[in-house]
Amino acid sequence: MAAKRTKRVIHMVKRGNMTKFTAILVRILAVILAMIVCGFVVVGVTGDNPVGVYRGIWDGAFGTGQRGWVTVRETVTLLLIAVGLVPAFKMRYWNLGAEGQILMGGLVSAAVLLYLGPIFEDWLLILIMLAASMAAGLLWGLLPAVFKAYFNTNETLFTLMMNYVAMQIVTFFVILWESPKGSNHVGIINAAHNEGWFPQILGQPYLLDIIIVAVVMALVFIYMTRTKQGYELTVVGESVNTARYAGINVRAVIIRTVLLSSAICGLAGAMIVGGASHTISTSTAGGRGFTAIIVAWMSQFSPVAMIAVSLMLSFMDQGAVQTASQFGLNENVSDIITGILLFFLIGCEFFVRYRLEVTTVEIEDGKERA
Amino acid sequence: MHENAIELRNVTKRFGEVTANDHVSLTLRRGEILSILGENGSGKTTLMNMLSGIYFPDEGEIFVNGRKVTIRSPHDAFELGIGMIHQHFKLISILTAAQNIILGQKGPAKLDMRQITGDINALTSRYGFDLDPNKKIYDMSVSEKQTVEIVKVIYRGADILILDEPTAVLTPQEIEKLFYVLRRMREDGKSVIIITHKLNEVMEISDRVAVLRKGQYIGTVETKDTTEEKLTEMMVGEHITLDIQRADPASTHRCLEMRGVTVRNREGFKVLDDISFIARTGEILGIAGISGSGQKELLESIAGLQHVESGQILYDAPSGAVEELTQKTPKQIYDMRIRLSFVPEDRLGMGLVGSMDLTGNMMVRSYKQGRGFFADRKQPEKLATEIVDKLEVATPSVHTPVRNLSGGNVQKVLVGREIASAPRVLMVAYPVRGLDINSAFAIYRLLNQQKEQGAAVLCVGEDLDVLIQLCDRILVLSEGRVAGIVDARTTTKEELGYMMTSGHVAAGRVVNSAQAGQAASGSSPSDEAQSESGKEAR
Repeated sequence: MAAKRTKRVIHMVKRGNMTKFTAILVRILAVILAMIVCGFVVVGVTGDNPVGVYRGIWDGAFGTGQRGWVTVRETVTLLLIAVGLVPAFKMRYWNLGAEGQILMGGLVSAAVLLYLGPIFEDWLLILIMLAASMAAGLLWGLLPAVFKAYFNTNETLFTLMMNYVAMQIVTFFVILWESPKGSNHVGIINAAHNEGWFPQILGQPYLLDIIIVAVVMALVFIYMTRTKQGYELTVVGESVNTARYAGINVRAVIIRTVLLSSAICGLAGAMIVGGASHTISTSTAGGRGFTAIIVAWMSQFSPVAMIAVSLMLSFMDQGAVQTASQFGLNENVSDIITGILLFFLIGCEFFVRYRLEVTTVEIEDGKERA
Repeated sequence: MHENAIELRNVTKRFGEVTANDHVSLTLRRGEILSILGENGSGKTTLMNMLSGIYFPDEGEIFVNGRKVTIRSPHDAFELGIGMIHQHFKLISILTAAQNIILGQKGPAKLDMRQITGDINALTSRYGFDLDPNKKIYDMSVSEKQTVEIVKVIYRGADILILDEPTAVLTPQEIEKLFYVLRRMREDGKSVIIITHKLNEVMEISDRVAVLRKGQYIGTVETKDTTEEKLTEMMVGEHITLDIQRADPASTHRCLEMRGVTVRNREGFKVLDDISFIARTGEILGIAGISGSGQKELLESIAGLQHVESGQILYDAPSGAVEELTQKTPKQIYDMRIRLSFVPEDRLGMGLVGSMDLTGNMMVRSYKQGRGFFADRKQPEKLATEIVDKLEVATPSVHTPVRNLSGGNVQKVLVGREIASAPRVLMVAYPVRGLDINSAFAIYRLLNQQKEQGAAVLCVGEDLDVLIQLCDRILVLSEGRVAGIVDARTTTKEELGYMMTSGHVAAGRVVNSAQAGQAASGSSPSDEAQSESGKEAR
């Protein structure tokens, strides 16, 4: 008999159901591993002490009361957009146009502040602003929704393109409203008397944001799980044929759901302009419309997970500002860390579902035998 | 040459918690046809996929021609001379048969198609295949495509053939042809494994039968020493009688009528062509035909899911009024309070929502009830619990997504929901496809029960033996036209098969010859129906 050698072969094997507890442990382990890898990357690239960088990030996000509130504000803004995406995504309508819908919502909010600020009381102004921003977001979602419903056009490209149209429109108005002239900025609107700015509640600057998002979030999840309309959109998402079989008017459901989704994204525009920046520019949405997609997907539409993921991403983002100044790094270091973190978190889902098995195979005469 | 072409020893394959094959040991002798018999989910296909390199066993050993082997890919399987013909064909439709056959083969840089065609022709005449190598796949019938798949693996030098449910898509005549070819191959020394769950075919074609049950290997018997009853007992694990109790139709009157209905698909091709028939209360009307002859469109146009180009669909309400269903949407039919139930062919693609639990799936029919904005989940949950109890659905709870249930249980949920509304018209498409024998007979009983309660039942089926035993009349579709309607109590499988392919009733057939002429000329399909609709003043 010829001499035998052995060779290892790796196979993918589907797991039985992992308990929830173990699955959470796997994810925590993934975060720890990600932090270790990030440490090596930071040391390798900059030579700085990774523990110091982590401390810098923490400091940036929660170092002072003010910083903590900003992080919370950013978290709830991101959360609101993600909540807005949920109905559309649940219907398998890939709304990549949140960015544009936020911009349009922000644009009309700025217009309300500019033109109606001197006329109305603050509380009425804020109500008008909230309503107008929802209407603007809704209008921005209408066109792709109608095309999807009637001609089954691909909504991913359509909604994406609408973002660029929104940016151009904002550019136009920035020049129209620029202050001072020639600066190419709109500047802080109503800086003198803060008309229409979100008020402090109980002495806290961003409590109104939290209240708005909490209410919208609760309503959306009741809508999704308890109402006839929520039921209909879930069936449409699962199978258009089953929906038709059940006597659901598929076109109406598509349009209705997308309008709801884009109105909520528009509302986020009002929160950013009226509650935080008090100005408008093409970077008002700042990529949140895309980040929110990660939030919605990673949490698999679970409300609690959505809060956690929003918080994590906002935390990293806010921390970046601090590390940038403290270590003379630019803000991209936080993007790198976020990227590695997401890689591990998404990657660990594979190990929740599968395990790898190594089989030893004997090799003989160049042929393999078990 | 070793006498055993293949020997499996203690082969085990698990998917998560499910053990698909549990220490299975069996042998395939050289030059024999071995049937692998088992109910759906017994692990037949998984076992064969390990031989063809699609899955890798977790445990156990495989010997080919007496030598221990490791099969890690379909390529390895080919090297060992094992070729598998899958249930779903893997052919490229814009290429010819010959091009598909050589696809992926190594060869000289310059293709000599004439030489290849010659080789293929030599092969086909040797085994008695009927195949034109230059025909494009998209011009082929299902049976021809299957022939291409078989020739493909033989051309590549396979001498062990595995066929996964090859007869499921064929007419009785085509099955005869296939069996002829398989016998020629056996004479030529090739070994054949045929996976099936049809007992009569097992008895007809195989030398030996290996039986699997729930992933376990039960045993192998010589076909000549066994009977269908014994095999069923091995397969199910208990003795059951294979009779369908058919009552004579009582108080039949017209319930649903199609008059000259024509439906075109997206490509403008007529999928239903001038269809006329009457379905009566208290009887089961079977619908037979080669798959894709318009069965799906026929049921869907009644349910309001197809655009009807011309013709009429009429419904006789219990009040005596005749209502038109043509061009009505499912919602309009629902609003007209017509109790029309429909169990479609693609259960999870139409009819059920895979990711939802049983309660959510009950709501497909009932969620609109009530005026409010909120959907009622209490009643559906009660109904789901009732169905689980009454039909013995195996599920952890009513909150389990139906996608996680086995095929038979999915079907029970769907049928249970559809008969819960006490339908007047019940349409079912392939109601027992994928079901084990016990579940299948449970479904037959339910259909008969509905018939006895006075529903007009329309049943599309593929197993002609079952249709003959279950139905009162059978309508045969051929390329979207009615080939004829025959009495199920007097017809034969051969007659139905002939009608399915030829599109008309056999000449010299006495019993229903009068109907045949009418059906072919497109008027009312039965003389009874003719006089009935004549009398009725609309």
